[in-house]
Order: sequence, then structure tokens, then C-alpha cells
Amino acid sequence: MTMIKKFSMAAMAVAMSATSSLAATNITWWHGMGGRNGEVINEVSQKFNASQTACNLTPISKGTYEEALATGIAAFRSGEQPNILQVFDAGAATIINAKGATVAAEDLINNAGYKFDRNAFIEGVRYFYADSKGKFIGMPFNSSAPIMYVNPQAFEKAGVAVPKTWEEFETVAPKLKEAGFIPMTASQLTWQFTENFFSRQNIQFANNNNGYDSVVDTKMNLTDKNLVMMFEKLKSWSDAGLYKFYGASWNDNQKPFEEGKVAMWIGSSGSFGGLQKTASMPFSADFLPYWSSIKGAGTNTFIGGAALFAMAGKPEAENKCTADFFQFLTSPEIQKFYHQATGYVAITKAAYELAKKEGYYEKTPVAEVGIKQLMLPSGEWSKGYRLGFYPQIRSIMEREYNKIFSGETTVQKAFETIEKEGNDLLTRFAKTAG
Amino acid sequence: MAYTTSQPQPGGFLSRLGFGGKARSKKTAVAAEEMKRVQFTSPVLPYLFLFPQLAVIFIFFYWPSVQAVSSSFYLEDPFGFGSTFVGLSNYTDVIFSSEYQSIALFTAVFTVLVTFLSLSLGLLLAVKADRVIRGASTYKTLLIAIYAIAAPVSGLIGMMIFDQHVGPFVKMMSYFGWHMQVGLNYYDTAFAMTVVAVWKQIPYNFIFFLSGLQNVPVSVREAAMIDCRSGMRRFWTVILPLLAPTAFFLLTINVTYALFDTFGIIDVMVKDKPANNPVTLVYKVYADGFRGNDIGGSSAQSVILMIVVFVLTIFQFRFIERRVHYN
Repeated sequence: MTMIKKFSMAAMAVAMSATSSLAATNITWWHGMGGRNGEVINEVSQKFNASQTACNLTPISKGTYEEALATGIAAFRSGEQPNILQVFDAGAATIINAKGATVAAEDLINNAGYKFDRNAFIEGVRYFYADSKGKFIGMPFNSSAPIMYVNPQAFEKAGVAVPKTWEEFETVAPKLKEAGFIPMTASQLTWQFTENFFSRQNIQFANNNNGYDSVVDTKMNLTDKNLVMMFEKLKSWSDAGLYKFYGASWNDNQKPFEEGKVAMWIGSSGSFGGLQKTASMPFSADFLPYWSSIKGAGTNTFIGGAALFAMAGKPEAENKCTADFFQFLTSPEIQKFYHQATGYVAITKAAYELAKKEGYYEKTPVAEVGIKQLMLPSGEWSKGYRLGFYPQIRSIMEREYNKIFSGETTVQKAFETIEKEGNDLLTRFAKTAG
Repeated sequence: MAYTTSQPQPGGFLSRLGFGGKARSKKTAVAAEEMKRVQFTSPVLPYLFLFPQLAVIFIFFYWPSVQAVSSSFYLEDPFGFGSTFVGLSNYTDVIFSSEYQSIALFTAVFTVLVTFLSLSLGLLLAVKADRVIRGASTYKTLLIAIYAIAAPVSGLIGMMIFDQHVGPFVKMMSYFGWHMQVGLNYYDTAFAMTVVAVWKQIPYNFIFFLSGLQNVPVSVREAAMIDCRSGMRRFWTVILPLLAPTAFFLLTINVTYALFDTFGIIDVMVKDKPANNPVTLVYKVYADGFRGNDIGGSSAQSVILMIVVFVLTIFQFRFIERRVHYN
């Protein structure tokens, strides 16, 4: 009897869910987030589904960023693509250059009868997922900036102030070392000391307007004398015990900071949520330092993280739902919720103002550092890059950077290699896109 | 992953293509004829029985292989909007790339080391366990249990043992003046990877060698004992030749293991960022194809790998199997 009862209950449940989904238009969202960040995505989706009845959004985790992009591409080729695909910063060129794979977020939202306002977004967010004319192709979602976390106890013990520039770093670092601390570690040299080095010092990264204008003959400027100088400094600091490099892995470089052994750690504004749980000591944060000796340096950095892309080839009704969701996502309340739940920065000015008004940053000043850094005045070259096969170019950089610190190569030689192999990849990419 | 998992076990693959030893294929042909005459009433029936297996092979091996071969001649937009025929340039790009060459060299060294060490340690343990009388099953269970650990888990355990900050092995070695930096130093990472890969494979070899040893007839052992007093010499001249079929089978399996199945261990140990750490050719296929979306380049690499496995297996069957005596 109980069996029959269970079956009939199940049948009823199925029937009911079928009728409810008949009424609403179903859309899917593939993403590459796990852990707490994945849970927050589910919460945001539930909030969206509860806020209206016309659309029903289902978020599905596809593993990591890379896996989400790879499955999204495979699905597109067989016509099974989701409505929304999350693509990370290094994959931006791949999806944006595939004309016809996506519907520009700006068009999607305008077509659905809303008015898209680029100026509602904070400065550092505006260009990275946009085309060369500034039109938003992807909808920025989880955005982070490379910032410097600080262990105040170390600075107190050494009796020095937190450096704003690398020149200041050079004067305070030996004192921090004397006080028994590793002065600095950094978690991702490609993002923090290469891509964002160009934007923080306002230096051109690649021709063709940093790759935004065209894929044809795009070449990177990796033997730039300032970039080479930065890494020569890093190497000499490493030799002098002022900076410690633990390899390409993010966590290996973060861990000593959590343990209180390190005075400064270059991480991500998105590390804030996790660090609150893992750090064994109180911490604060500050902007990513820059070289005051470089003319025009001190500009903003651009966003890391990922954006949401509306995939092409979907019926009008579903696109309307996607637009509704994008609109919902950028509303100040939801942005504020996401910002506070994850530690990623709020991407609209309104959300930032809302969180500020509530006194969130007085309680947790660290959460504001990333946004403020993204809102610094921008320069000609601070808006980011658009380079194909970029995940592989990053792997080449990681390989050569490791060799620099293990003494297998010189800084100059390493950058010559990266430039050559990287530019070969860009040529290859131009052929695939052409 | 599709490229890596679509590799069949070489033995099956070759005999399917008709590469079995001459004597054997003759024998099997005769046997097949007899079976046909005796058992199947309809000529369609055997094919019907074969169909499920053939369908699986076709869908999961032949079809992807053909696709890999064809896309290796194109440069393709990942989303499938446009592809340009580039002839052999994907192959030449790969073969002349210094990075690919060094990965290939590492793969070769790694495969030889892992195969040699896991075979010899497995054999040593099996010979020793075979002699134990008291608590024999406890020893055997303890040795075999490791085989139940999934590759990513053993990678994870390895990663923790060799962790730069908390790894017990690293701490122990620092007392001897060796400051290991897995993830930063190429050779330290290579060492750690090899240890974990060997550790994972020993129980498998142990099981097969042990059952092989138990198949050596007691009469043969006793006869050998009368003829020769040196245990070492008895092992080399009598036991080992009798183990040769097992050893040959394990050699083929271990080479495939080192080439392909260590992927999980490597992926976990380099923590998603290979940088200048050693990786194998399969990992490179994955990195270029699935992370880099370079379909043409990674297809060319997987075709090269297919050819390598093909050649290796022919070599094994032609030159090594000849020396193996089946009963």
C-alpha cells in the first residue's frame, strides 16, 4: 500500500511541476562556480524566480570556469546551448570574437523594452566585456580587482606605514623583514603584475588598441622596459628575502599570509569573504601599489572575474526572460546582496551608494578597497585587453615566471620567450577567427 | 577528456585490427570455425551478439578518432563558425615547438620510470608476500587496499604529503638539507609525481604477480630446489620465465597507465596551473583543447599520441611477446 501511495504522490508532484513550468518560460544558466559562491548563485536565482511568475531560471554548475566555457562551446555546436553562460576574463576574447554565438547584453536589454545605461556601471567595469565602441557584449557579473591585503601587526612591530607605491615598498620592506616577517607574497603574477601592471601604470599592452579593435596582426608589448623592470625588481626582492614566490598556485601564496607570517599579500578583492574565515589575525587592505617614477601611473585597474553572456539562437520569449534576469541582477538590492555575500565588488554606482549609505563600509572597510580602486581615474590603457587564446598565453607566462624565480632564465629572456610564443598564438587565433 | 578516454587498451585494439601473433591467429581461426559449425544455426546470430560491443567501439573510439584526424587538418573557431584548411601545419607547429618537445621527453622518461619502478616494486612485494606464512592475508590486503583509491584522491594525498607549507615528506627532507618546492621546482614536482604514480600502481601489479607466482607448480619449485641452492638464481632462471606472460601483460598495462591514466594525479598535483612543472602529453592535449579551445592543435596532438601508442604496441607484440612462452 505504501508503495502505491508513494508512487501516486510522486506522479502528482511531477504533474504539478509540469503544469507550473508550462505557465512560466524556462531559462537555464550555466556557470563555473563552486562552494559558497555557487550557493549564492542558487540564492540569487531563487530570488529572481520568487520576484516574478513569467520566467523560471535554473542555474547549473559546470565545474570550473574553464569547464563551463568548454561545455558551453560544445553545447553551442550541437545546438543545445543554455540561455546564459558565465565566461571568465581570460575567455572573453574567445566568446566575443565568435560573432553570432551571443546576443550583446546591451541589445538584449534594449530589445526587451528596458533602457540600458552604460554610465550606471562603475568605471573599471565598463570596457572589459564591451566591444571597441563601448557596447556591452557580456553582462559583468562577479567582478574583482587585485588588491593588497595587509597584516597590521607586522607594520606595528616594524614601526612603518603601509606603502602606496613600490618605491615606498623598497624602503619599508627591509624593516618588515627585520621584524621577522616575509614582507610580501602575491598570488597570481599574470593577473596582478602583468595585465593589471599595464593598467595601473597606464602602459599599452598590445597594439590594435590592446586587441580591442581587431585580431589581425595583434602583437603584445611584453618586452616593455617598465614591465621588465618590475620583474627584475621582484627577482631582486626575492633574492633579498623581501618577496617570497611559492609558484603559480593561488593558495600556496595565500597560506603564509593567513598564518600571519606575511606583512603584505597581493590577492583579489573577492578573497575577502574566504579570508575572514581563514586568517589567523586581523587584516586590512589597500590599493595595489604602483611606480610613482613612471609617468602617468596610478590609474585604475580593470575587473577580473567573469561575465554572463546571452547565447544566440534562443526564442524571443526566452531572450525576454534573460533580459529580465539581467535587469534584476543589476538592480541595486541584488547587487548589494551579491557584493556582501561573496566579497565580489558591486558593479553599479547605485549598489555601491546603497551599501555605503547603510554603513557597510564603516563596519567592513576592506570590502570597499576593490571598488575604490576600480573607480580611480582611468587612463588610455587602463581598460584591459582583448587577446585570443589568452588562457594558453597565461600558461606560458606562468611557466616562464616560475623559471625566473628558480633561476633557470633571466627576466629579459623570459619576456622575449613569452612575447614570441604568445604572439604566435595570437597569429593562430587570428586565423581561427578569420 | 574524450580524447584520452577514447584510447582502448592496446591489446584489444591491435588484435581487432589483426595484429595478433601468427600462431595465435591461426589457432583462433580454427577454433572460430569449429565454434561456428557447432553452435550457431543462423549466420546472422554471431554478428548480432557482436553488435553491442562493435557499437560501443564505433561510437566511443572510431568516430571520435576520425573526427580528431579530420579536425587536425583545420584551424577552427571553437564555436564552429569557420574553419580553414591548413594542411599539416598543426602538426609541424606542434612538433617543432620546443615546449612540446620537452613535454614529450618528460613523458618518455616518466613512462619508463613509472613502468619500471611499479613493475619491479610490485614484483618484489609479491615475491616476499608469497613466502610469508603467518598473517599472509593481512599483508596482502594491506598491499592491495591502496588500489581502491581513486586517482584524483591519490593525487590529493600526494599533494598534501608534498605540500610546500605543511607536507610531512617536505618537512622530513628538510632535516636532510633538501628543501623541496613542489610546484616551483621542476625536478621536485617530477619526483613527487613519479612517487605518487608508482605508489598508486604497485598494488595492481602486486595482485597479478602474486596470482602468477601462485600458478607456478610446486613440483617445478621443488625440482629447482634440488638443482640449485641459490634462491636468487632459482628466481631468475626458473620463476621469472614462468612469470613472463604475466609480466608482459603488466608491461603493456603499465605503459598505458603511465601515458594516460596518470592524468588525474597530474591534474591534481599541478593544481590547475602547470606553469613550468612537468606534465605529460595527454595533459597538454587537455590544456590546449579544453582550456585553450585550440581544437585543431589539440586534435593534431591526440593523433600523434594515437600513432605513438600504435607503434609502441606493435613493438611490444612483435619483439617482446616473441620471448614470452605461454604454457
